[in-house]
Amino acid sequence: LSKPHQAGPAGTRSLRASRPVSAGHLFVAGYVLLLTAFGVLPTAYGIYFAFSNAGNTFAGLSNFIGAYRDFRYLPAVGHVGLYLVIWLAFLVVLVTGLAIVLQQLPVRRLSRMIRFLYYIPGALAGAASVMVWLFMLDPTVSPAAPLLRLLGYRTFGQVIEPGHLAILFAMIAFWTGAGGWIVVMSGALNNIPLELLEAARIDGAGGWSIARRIQIPMLRKWIVYMVILAFAGGTQLFVEPQLISEASLGVAGRDFSLTQLSYDFAFQNNNVNYASAISVELLVVCLVVAALFVTRSRFFDAS
Amino acid sequence: MPPMNSTIRVLSPTGPSRRRALAAAGLAAMVAVAISACGGGSSSSSGSPMKDGFSQAPQSSGALTVWVDSTRVPAAQAYQKAHPNVKLHIVTFDGDANGSNFLQTKVDLYNRTGSGWPDVVFSTQQNETSWAVTAGYAAPLSEGLIPQSTLSNFATGALSVCTVNGKAYCLRNDLAQVVLWYNAALMKKWGYQVPTTWPQYEALGQEVAKQHPGYLVGNAGDTFTPEIYMWASQCQASDITGLRSVTVNVTTPNCTRMASLLDTLIKAGSMSKLSVFSTAFDKNEKGKVLMLPGPAWFAGAVFDSTSGLNVPKGQIAVAPIPQWPGTSKPSTGNVGGGTWLLSAHSTHLKEAVNFITWVTTSAAYQGDLAPGYPAYVPVAKVWLAHQASSGYFADDISPVLQQAAGQVWTGWNYGKWSNESVWAATIDPGLTAGKTIVSMLPAWQAAIKNYATAAGYQVSS
Repeated sequence: LSKPHQAGPAGTRSLRASRPVSAGHLFVAGYVLLLTAFGVLPTAYGIYFAFSNAGNTFAGLSNFIGAYRDFRYLPAVGHVGLYLVIWLAFLVVLVTGLAIVLQQLPVRRLSRMIRFLYYIPGALAGAASVMVWLFMLDPTVSPAAPLLRLLGYRTFGQVIEPGHLAILFAMIAFWTGAGGWIVVMSGALNNIPLELLEAARIDGAGGWSIARRIQIPMLRKWIVYMVILAFAGGTQLFVEPQLISEASLGVAGRDFSLTQLSYDFAFQNNNVNYASAISVELLVVCLVVAALFVTRSRFFDAS
Repeated sequence: MPPMNSTIRVLSPTGPSRRRALAAAGLAAMVAVAISACGGGSSSSSGSPMKDGFSQAPQSSGALTVWVDSTRVPAAQAYQKAHPNVKLHIVTFDGDANGSNFLQTKVDLYNRTGSGWPDVVFSTQQNETSWAVTAGYAAPLSEGLIPQSTLSNFATGALSVCTVNGKAYCLRNDLAQVVLWYNAALMKKWGYQVPTTWPQYEALGQEVAKQHPGYLVGNAGDTFTPEIYMWASQCQASDITGLRSVTVNVTTPNCTRMASLLDTLIKAGSMSKLSVFSTAFDKNEKGKVLMLPGPAWFAGAVFDSTSGLNVPKGQIAVAPIPQWPGTSKPSTGNVGGGTWLLSAHSTHLKEAVNFITWVTTSAAYQGDLAPGYPAYVPVAKVWLAHQASSGYFADDISPVLQQAAGQVWTGWNYGKWSNESVWAATIDPGLTAGKTIVSMLPAWQAAIKNYATAAGYQVSS
């Protein structure tokens, strides 16, 4: 057996070295410029806000304490935490599972078609795809109304009762986001050398053992990559609860997530400092989680 | 078409990376803050001449930018028609309905960037002055811009929601006094008397539930439900006592008597838990509404509306809202009644004043086109005459509406937070889950206190 190609993101490194250096710099320069203007500088400014008060003097941790003491803070942390658990579990299990099942389908054309179908919702504009769900979840207009009625829901209010929100948002996020990841995973699966799979089959491995012993281990870095990005995106949950809140006239979804609370602080209570404190907290949490995953999974380990 | 400017645009971008894009947008806004931080925001016109009670920006010519909700687009269009020489830039937005705070969000950003304020804004809310005055956005109108003779023609108390420290900062569009709408044809057919007290109303509601199941005597599923029932019952939910102080006391008998009435009728089945603006209500309750306590604007927005109940001509009539036995003075609630604000930053003050005066006082709009009861008394008469001539109602609605306009209980005011969304988030999910309103009153008390405190109010009870 020949040594398998690296299936991780680090695998393309050898290709890059052969390109002229100046072109590379040019490409990166554009990115660096935009990253500085719209990423680094605003982040730095946000950090400045988080540690200063309305009079622009140093405030220590008082903004963090103030935001923490707000009556909406802890419930929002709970909501986002629950949502993340549900969504990440959905994402890891179903995306990996579906990608592998698609890969193993004997009819290639069918597999490609289903993959495309999975991807379509992700191609809708973000807010638009949530709008679709507003109709899906209202038993009076939903095409899935018989199903909703079967579950005992007769009005929109019953469907979006507070206890349902985390799972509903996870479903919406999965529906809009999973297709893209399935495409990515399929790409990664295609990178697994055929000889390897063939050898396994000759050794008597069935679909399940191939998935468990070859495909999933070789997808590990991609799964970690997905979890890091999904975690960062998930902590910033905003569009779904905000739109549900508007559509339900404030009955559900208001103050659901931390970003909504941050938005309320900034634009309703005119308190940019508390808002920034929450943003900085989210940034720190995402960085810590990403660092944990990267080190634990030896993400950048090219060997 | 005027450019659409809806809240959804704020929530913006696309695809899997939309949250990151959103974060980027937020951060970009912060950059804008950085650029303008030194300006300190609100007064870009320091050093400008003080006139009409505020320092005015240098005046220039150009298009007048007005923001209206979709219902008020005809007002702006009617103005354009009557004044073809004025250049008008009409922008539609949500009118801040349901506590969206769109205007405040935008003004906050414009204050930071130092430009962009609309010259005139229509808002469906009555609490805009609670922030717009301190934000330096709303111009005082009673200090020279609008003559006293015009201001004094607004209905008694109509401008109180606009008044801060004795100066009027907005003009009231319409009154929204609560009355008892009923289907006169059905009442006559079934031999019912229109109730004049709440106990009579409750008894009739129970009878209807038994004799004509499926028919409604009211609904309790709107964000403004407390402003119909609790307000009329003199429940102390939002008694603003100072610039930043409020008294909240919603577990008193004034509140519990109405809450338990609603609970009884919800249980009986003649009080709907749906919103009058929900698709389910329009679909299921068409032709099933016997009575419906609600504001004056229910006339055009709910009954005589193809997108609402669409009740045929000659059936709907109006009666005063029922009273509690033993109360000395009749009292009713109020649901909205929009306001018009004028920007202190406007560089077209003359045109802006002309516009805001015309849309609130002209018979051509308020009398003939407006869906709600005009706050400006001279045109209210025109509006009532117009309603009578349309022949839609079973009898003359004028006396009842005119009387109710002066009976709105004054112990309920608008703070900086939205009491409508507090009710919606606290009570509605519980109602859906089958809890009683009485059992949720302590939670309502706590929620109002929380939101009022977060908005900077001292809350006492």
